[in-house]
Amino acid sequence: MNKITKNKRWLSFLIWVLIIAFIISAPSILPVFRLNLLGRYLSLAIVALGVDLIWGYTGLLSLGQGIFFALGGYCSAMYLQLNSSQDFPNNIPEFFGLYGVTKLPFFWEPFKSPIFTLIAIWLIPALISAFLGFLVFRNRIKGVYFSILTQAALLVFFNFFNGQQKLINGTNGLKTDVTQLFGQMVGSDSMQRLFFWLTAIIVIMAWFFSRWIVRERFGNVLIGIRDDEPRVRFMGYNPTYFKTIVFGIAGALAGISGALYTVQSGIVSPQFMTVPFSIEMVIWVAVGGRGTLLGAILGAVIINYAKSLVSEALPASWMFIQGGLFIFVVTTLPEGFLGWIQSDGPRNIMVRLGLRRPLSTYPSLEADGKEEVKP
Amino acid sequence: MQLILESLFNGAAIGSVLLIAALGLAIVFGLMGVINLAHGELMMIGAYSTYVTQLVFRLPALKFFYSTYVIVALAIAFVVSAVVGILLEKTIIRRLYGSPLETLLATWGVSLILQQFVRSVPLAYASGLIVTLLIGLLSSFFLPENILKYKHKKFVKLITWIISIFSGLLIANCLSSTISKLGRASARNVDVTAPSWMRGGVEFIGITFPITRIVIIVITIISIIGVTYFLNKSVWGMRIRAVTQNRSMSDCLGISTEKVDVLTFGIGSGLAGIAGVAVSLLGSVGPNVGSNYIVGCFMVVVLGGVGNLLGTIIASFAIGIMTDLIGAGRLLTVWPDMPDSLSTIIDFFATTSMARVLIFALIVIFLQFRPTGLFPQKGRMVEG
Repeated sequence: MNKITKNKRWLSFLIWVLIIAFIISAPSILPVFRLNLLGRYLSLAIVALGVDLIWGYTGLLSLGQGIFFALGGYCSAMYLQLNSSQDFPNNIPEFFGLYGVTKLPFFWEPFKSPIFTLIAIWLIPALISAFLGFLVFRNRIKGVYFSILTQAALLVFFNFFNGQQKLINGTNGLKTDVTQLFGQMVGSDSMQRLFFWLTAIIVIMAWFFSRWIVRERFGNVLIGIRDDEPRVRFMGYNPTYFKTIVFGIAGALAGISGALYTVQSGIVSPQFMTVPFSIEMVIWVAVGGRGTLLGAILGAVIINYAKSLVSEALPASWMFIQGGLFIFVVTTLPEGFLGWIQSDGPRNIMVRLGLRRPLSTYPSLEADGKEEVKP
Repeated sequence: MQLILESLFNGAAIGSVLLIAALGLAIVFGLMGVINLAHGELMMIGAYSTYVTQLVFRLPALKFFYSTYVIVALAIAFVVSAVVGILLEKTIIRRLYGSPLETLLATWGVSLILQQFVRSVPLAYASGLIVTLLIGLLSSFFLPENILKYKHKKFVKLITWIISIFSGLLIANCLSSTISKLGRASARNVDVTAPSWMRGGVEFIGITFPITRIVIIVITIISIIGVTYFLNKSVWGMRIRAVTQNRSMSDCLGISTEKVDVLTFGIGSGLAGIAGVAVSLLGSVGPNVGSNYIVGCFMVVVLGGVGNLLGTIIASFAIGIMTDLIGAGRLLTVWPDMPDSLSTIIDFFATTSMARVLIFALIVIFLQFRPTGLFPQKGRMVEG
């Protein structure tokens, strides 16, 4: 027993050493284009951590994380646009001129301050998600209903942002790569390298933060809600508040992720709020391993990298691969790859192939004659 | 009076498309608690089969019957979508009963694959494949029973599959020449042209009602009557209702829940196919045609309550009428001298997309008072 846990610790330690070595060496190995892609995918890992917290640990399948992702992105883009709009007429961003707007809409005003923006990037998505979540959780709406409502909310936000040309440039979105920050172009190579480091650091911080949450008693209640919510309620906890808080945290993580993604991809647009993108976030976690934080990070980075590689080579086949991956993971690997490895999956395959002796564990001793070890 | 009538009609037209699309979803969801995200793609399959039927009816031999192709298309779309849905149930969804969230994700995967399939496989070959599947799977129902009981059962099956593959190839060949003859080789967005009797409109007290809309409303009414009759009067309908109410108890009483699941899923998918016919009459047909409707269908199911046809009907018409009232800015014309502040708000929401925003907000507010929809199922479980 002890040996197994030790092995697992070794495994995760090894993975971490590999990851950190890769991140440190990445800027010198990879060309700027690939480095930028890697930075984007690392920022997506943050939203995946949030999805893992609410889905893997609390059992709430949200199909609307794109809302909070895009809100974070819009916050950062609004600041950057305002920061570099001195040369344009009326001192407002250029696109307003297209629609004949001469006065800055009121909600843009606070984004002139960098400190407000840094707070707004995570606080606004967190507050909105907590509010929407509270309305839903208060009525004990859960399971599939919750998923549908989040998806509908996503469409609502998409329609809103897509239609409001005069407020936030509608379907064109806000560009950030030609804006200025610290007197440099955001899209320039040196800035992108800086954002890569920033993203890498924030991913690791977000991982520590999430790990702290799930290891505290708060995390135990979350797992309790996932496994048997009525029982948690009978024990005197009110699941509503726990769900609301964790949904807010996931929203905040999504906002940070969206802001980092926006500055690295050079644009934020309502496309971030499309239905497929939000469901993809769930599948990163599902493939990597839900209920394992490392799995969420690895899933987001590896799947996205694979996506860009496959789409470059064979554009039409990615949808087939992605759909197949969905079905395969959900039907045969419900714990995801990392969860499968952690629950002795490889050993079970070796046992089946006759390469190793089956482990005798307590339940299998009970059931006479059963040779296989069930995880 | 005229305005109210016109508004009601438009609302009913929007609502009936929603209703027919949501009907299948509601039945499946009520029975299995499964959200089928591939429902929209089943609609898409129905829409494409309408298009293919229309092409076939343009052949010289069938030209005389061209004006009736819509009726044939209804039957074909129902069968094709039902068979695809049953295949889906037997291969994937069956493994996932009891875990609705996983089913949701898996069906999303299916919908991605179906969409990409339509994009990359030419329509003629796709319909050849469908014909192969149809003949291969359905032949066992039509063969005399004593052939299948014979000890060469496998041999007979092999022969039917060979026959079905050949007929599939034949259809594919035939269609690919037809499609190229008609100058439409692409399987991208295609247009279904309504037969001549469905164009134009009927005038009634000064308002023109488009006939296409009326046909869709009629199709919806007929399907609802059919489904209600089937669920309430037939033996299998009774079994479906029993399993919806209490699965394990029905199982104990000897109802084959497996068969009920297959049947329900087949009917639900077939209804999606019929919805596809309706949708194809309204606009052009493309790989995304289903996903445009799917969220509206979910809202209907959530608002109406689980496993309740009446709730589904009322919810879809309510959403339809609201969409029309808000989206077309009709409130302003009905009530021209409203206060300025109110009229600016209504003006702000007077587009189709903004109407969706408002309706979603209203639904969330409604769910604050009735969390389980208009007509919830009554039970004494903790989970309610």
